[in-house]
Amino acid sequence: MAEVATAPMVPAAPTGQRKVRRSRRSWVGWGFVGPFMIVFALVFLAPIAYSIYLSLFRQQLVGGNSFVGFDNYTAALSDPKFWDAFWRVALFLVVQVPIMLGIALLVALALDSGRLYGRNFFRISIFLPYAVPAVVATLMWGFMYGSRFGLIGNINDAFGTSLPNPLSPDWVLASIGNIVTWEFVGYNMLIFYSALRVVPATLYEAAEIDGAGQWRVIRSIKIPAIRGALVIATIFSIIGSFQLFNEPSILKSLAPNAISTYFTPNLYAYSLSFSGQQYNYSATVAIIMGIITMVIAYVVQLRGMRKEA
Amino acid sequence: MTTTSTFRRTLRIAAAAGALSLTLAACGGGSDDASSTATDGASADSGHLSGKITVWAWEPTLKDVVTKFEAANPDVTVDLVNAGTGNDQYTALQNAIAAGSGVPDVAQIEYYALPQFAIAKSLTDLAPMGAKDLDGTFTPGPWASVKQGDGIYGLPMDSGPMALFYNKELFDKYKIEVPKTWDQYLEAARALHKADPKAYIANDTGDAGFTTSMIWQAGGKPYTVDGTNVGIDFTDPGSAKFATFWQKLIDEKLLAPTSSWSDEWYQGLGNGTIATLTIGAWMPANLESGVPDGSGKWAVAPMPQWTEGETASSENGGSSLAVPAASKNADLAYAFIKYANAGDGVQTRIDGGAFPATTADLNSDAFKNKEFPYFGGQKVNEVLAQSAADVVTGWQYLPFQVYSNSIFNDTVGKAYVSSTTLTDGLAAWQKASIDYGNQQGFTVK
Repeated sequence: MAEVATAPMVPAAPTGQRKVRRSRRSWVGWGFVGPFMIVFALVFLAPIAYSIYLSLFRQQLVGGNSFVGFDNYTAALSDPKFWDAFWRVALFLVVQVPIMLGIALLVALALDSGRLYGRNFFRISIFLPYAVPAVVATLMWGFMYGSRFGLIGNINDAFGTSLPNPLSPDWVLASIGNIVTWEFVGYNMLIFYSALRVVPATLYEAAEIDGAGQWRVIRSIKIPAIRGALVIATIFSIIGSFQLFNEPSILKSLAPNAISTYFTPNLYAYSLSFSGQQYNYSATVAIIMGIITMVIAYVVQLRGMRKEA
Repeated sequence: MTTTSTFRRTLRIAAAAGALSLTLAACGGGSDDASSTATDGASADSGHLSGKITVWAWEPTLKDVVTKFEAANPDVTVDLVNAGTGNDQYTALQNAIAAGSGVPDVAQIEYYALPQFAIAKSLTDLAPMGAKDLDGTFTPGPWASVKQGDGIYGLPMDSGPMALFYNKELFDKYKIEVPKTWDQYLEAARALHKADPKAYIANDTGDAGFTTSMIWQAGGKPYTVDGTNVGIDFTDPGSAKFATFWQKLIDEKLLAPTSSWSDEWYQGLGNGTIATLTIGAWMPANLESGVPDGSGKWAVAPMPQWTEGETASSENGGSSLAVPAASKNADLAYAFIKYANAGDGVQTRIDGGAFPATTADLNSDAFKNKEFPYFGGQKVNEVLAQSAADVVTGWQYLPFQVYSNSIFNDTVGKAYVSSTTLTDGLAAWQKASIDYGNQQGFTVK
């Protein structure tokens, strides 16, 4: 029992005691960390290790399984389909994420301003789409996008307009962007809003005494105060964009010619393994995409934090 | 390497069959053709069959077959599981085979997908178990589809000889003749769309199964398969004939941009905006259940021809029942599929609305003379059975058709939504399929 009690105190202990600890190694700490480590290894490390292992082999319908080293990686890096998918989600990222976060920030500021009637009602209604499962949301939007029997078709019939088909190859990415924005504005709004709520009221009072207007308050107090939340929301959105899958996968049945099997990197990995049985190549694509996502998210985090300092 | 292992496998199966025949001969007493004892046991020697098998299938009429099979064989339990339709089930089956556990004893596999499983050695060769004696039992198209070299990897369950299903009410209303040739079909498409701008002769957003069946009827043979040597060529005359013709329908916007099996599609079939379906003989049951509004409006005619007076037809869809190699109860599994596809089960399935692949049933008067109230009392099976007999021979599917079909819309699909032509699309499909085949160890040209 005594050991247990001292173990957490070790870092703060004077140098004299450290010698004692070194002399007889205690495993009690592991007893506490162990259960977590086992689960962590099983559900986090093992799948990653297995994917890396898979990515070094190639299983063929004819010829069986063989070790191919980094062949899959060189193939993926020069695979036009993979890069096509990558640049599509990159475009999605630079267009959709700023729009979504901008709207979310605007709504959060509006809610926080205290000038809105029915604030709770707005907050809950804007957040509500996030509670709708992505699959249901996409199906719902898919029906509205229908240019023959859907909402678009009805509008065209009623007003004699000829709106472009949202599910045509030129528009489908924008249509998906619209669905994703609708789904996640509320979620990001909530992150921003909760960050805004913890800004001390004294700052606002001080600003008021100094004669600052609302815009000045937003620019100099609110935005800097929630920079951390902005960085976090941006990183989540980057990861979300690179992992885009549900929406295109479901809309594919409605627009099979506009959404290819390699529309996004995730969809490509899925098609490779489930219709092409290329599990090895699929694992390779997943790993490369994971690394790219990590690097970009890390760079954004570094930049975000540096500004904060 | 491959041949050796095939040989070894064949030996093993032969040995197993031999061992089995000894046991069965011992209990059966009298029959010297033991393997037929094992298989005929389903109906005749029911006492010999016992055990439990799992069947993965989505074909609705199999439920009654299972009930009757169990009644005839009290010691047998058949667990019928719907593991998804088409591709969903193949994904599940491939995963189960890769994992080596949870593999069913019988699986429903469409003809186009069968070679992929056969070449991966995932299926039991049924020839040594008695299937080779069934030559002539089934119509030629399906029978050729389940054979790979000397091996027989499934028994045909149903077939899909194509026919022209058309909305008779609509054709009568606008006084348009039912097309007998594809040229007349184009005329009808124009006339119909002119008479009612909301109506289209057909829907199409790019469907691999439909395209290959159309090329098949036109006499094209884009796929040539000899073991692991595969040829893909969409520039042959048959493919070109289809591509140039269908391009006209696309260019003149005579096809409804509605995907098959979507809600819009069912609506269109019922409300007269989609006038015809060139589709397999399994369609009547689907029309009856999916398009109740169409009752009394629809009729069936032979498939339009490329040259007037010809009677060429092709297969569209259709499935077999196969026994995965990992099955631990292959003999009982074979007994079941023989019962369902060539035995008493066939009549049960016909009664349920299925379109069989057995020659005897297709030619029986009871089958041909059945009147369909949904089709205004028309003897639909007469047309369909004739189509089954007229199927162009010599067609082959790729040993990786499942994958190839999955990328159809990436390539040929472009022709439906951009300025790419069908011919270019087919060329792109050909290239992508060749690349995949070579990656998978085939020699593809």
